[in-house]
Amino acid sequence: MDSNTKETMINVKGLKKSFDNNHVLSDIDLNVHKGEVLAIIGPSGSGKTTLLRCLNFLEAPNGGNIRVANTTVDASQDLKKQKKAIRALRKSAGFVFQNFNLFPHRTVLENITEGPVIVKGEEPTSAAKKARKLLKKVGLANKEDAYPSALSGGQQQRVAIARALAMEPDVILFDEPTSALDPELVGEVLNVMKELASEERTMVIVTHEMAFARDVADRVIFMADGQIVEEAPAEELFSAPKRERTKKFLKKILEKQ
Amino acid sequence: MDAIIDLILKSVPFLMKGTAFTVGLSAGSMILGLSLGFLIAFMHLSPTRLIRWPAMFFVSFIRGTPLIVQLFLIYYGLPEFGIRLDPIPAALLGLSLNVGGYTGEILRGAIQSVDKSHWEAAYSIGMTPAQAMRRSILPQAIRVALPALGNTFLSLIKDTAIAATIQVPELFRQAQLISARTYEVFAMYLSAAAIYWILCIILSRLQSKMEQRSNRHMRAN
Repeated sequence: MDSNTKETMINVKGLKKSFDNNHVLSDIDLNVHKGEVLAIIGPSGSGKTTLLRCLNFLEAPNGGNIRVANTTVDASQDLKKQKKAIRALRKSAGFVFQNFNLFPHRTVLENITEGPVIVKGEEPTSAAKKARKLLKKVGLANKEDAYPSALSGGQQQRVAIARALAMEPDVILFDEPTSALDPELVGEVLNVMKELASEERTMVIVTHEMAFARDVADRVIFMADGQIVEEAPAEELFSAPKRERTKKFLKKILEKQ
Repeated sequence: MDAIIDLILKSVPFLMKGTAFTVGLSAGSMILGLSLGFLIAFMHLSPTRLIRWPAMFFVSFIRGTPLIVQLFLIYYGLPEFGIRLDPIPAALLGLSLNVGGYTGEILRGAIQSVDKSHWEAAYSIGMTPAQAMRRSILPQAIRVALPALGNTFLSLIKDTAIAATIQVPELFRQAQLISARTYEVFAMYLSAAAIYWILCIILSRLQSKMEQRSNRHMRAN
C-alpha cells in the first residue's frame, strides 16, 4: 500500500450544500483512490445521495472544490462559467440512478451508444460493437433490440450500468442502485457491480445493502446529518465501529435484517 | 334530381380548385405555425424574462381574440400602415400565427411534462442542454403532444374557411360563389362539407399512424 502509487481519482474539499436554509452537507472532505471501492451508508436524510449527486453536479453545491480525475470545478465560483468543466467532469464520472433513468424511447443498444455517439462523436458502428460487448458483460446480450419498458427492473439497471461504462469513465457513482428493485432482482445487479469491483474500477456506492458493502467495499463512510461521522476499512467499520452514532445505526439495521 | 347531379358535376372543377387552396393553406400554415410553435415554446421556457414575456403575451393575444378578427387586422388593418398583403399571403400569415400560438402552448406543456430524471440521465453522460433537449426530452414531449397537435390541425383545416372573408378563393368561397349563381344552396354547402370532412378524416388517420409509431416503445416486446 504505497501511497505514492495510489493516484487520487476523486478529491473533495469543503463541499457545502443547503436547500433554502436547510444545511444538507456541511464541509465534506473526501478522497477516493484509483481502483478503490467506497461505500457510503447512513440513515435516510443523512445527505449521502446529495453528496453523490454533488460529485457530478446533478445537484449544484454551494461551495467547495471537486476534482474527478483531471477535471476540477470550484463550486464557490459561478458554476455557469464552468459549464465546460462540469461536462468534462461528468464524462469521467459515470452515474447509475436509483430508478435507472434509461431513455424510454430508445432501444437497449441505442441507450448505450447514445453517449459515445452524441457526446464523444464516436462512429455509430464501432460504438455499437463496443455496446454489444458491454451487454454481454452485464448478461443481456440477447436484449439489444428491446425497449426499456419490456425489461425487468434488474435488467434495466444492468443496461444503465452498461450505459455508464460505455463512456469509459474514470469513476462510477452508484446512487442506491438496488433500492427500487424487487428483492429477487437485487442479486443480479450486485453481481455485476461485484465484477466491476474486481476489475479494479473506482466506484462510489451509496447503498443500504450492508452485506454487499462489507463484502465488496474497500472503505466505508458512515454519514449522518450532513456530515461524515466515521470512515474506516469496510471490515473494521462493520465489526468494530468507534462512534456511538455508527453503532446505533448498525444495530438498528442489523436487527431488521 | 338529375339537374342537381348535373350541377354538382359541373361545379366539380371549381370545388377542386377551392380544395387545392384549402389544402395548400392548411399545409402551409401547419408547417409555418408548428415552427413558430417550437420557437414560442422555447421562448416561454427561457429563464430570461425578456425572452419569456413576449412569448406569453403573444400566446395570450392569439388565444384571447377571434381568428376572424386577427385575419381582418392583417388584411384590412395593416394597409393603414402601408403594409398591403394579398389575400393568400394574409391568410397564410394569420393562420400561421394562430397555429403558432396554440401549438406553442401545447409544446411548452409537453416539454414540461417530461420528468426531470430524463434531463439528469442526459446530463450524466455529459450532454449539453441542447443535446438533452433534442435527443431525450423532445422525442418524449412530442409523443405527449401528438393528440393535442392533431386537434389543432383539424381545427386549422376547418378554420381555413374563415379565409373566405378576406377573398381567398378556397373551398368555402367556391361553394358560396356557385350557390349564389345557381341558387342550389344546400347541395353546394353539403358538397363543401363533405370535402372538409374527408380532409379531416385523412388527417386523423395520419395522426393515429404517428401516434402508433411514437408509442411503439411502450408496447412490451
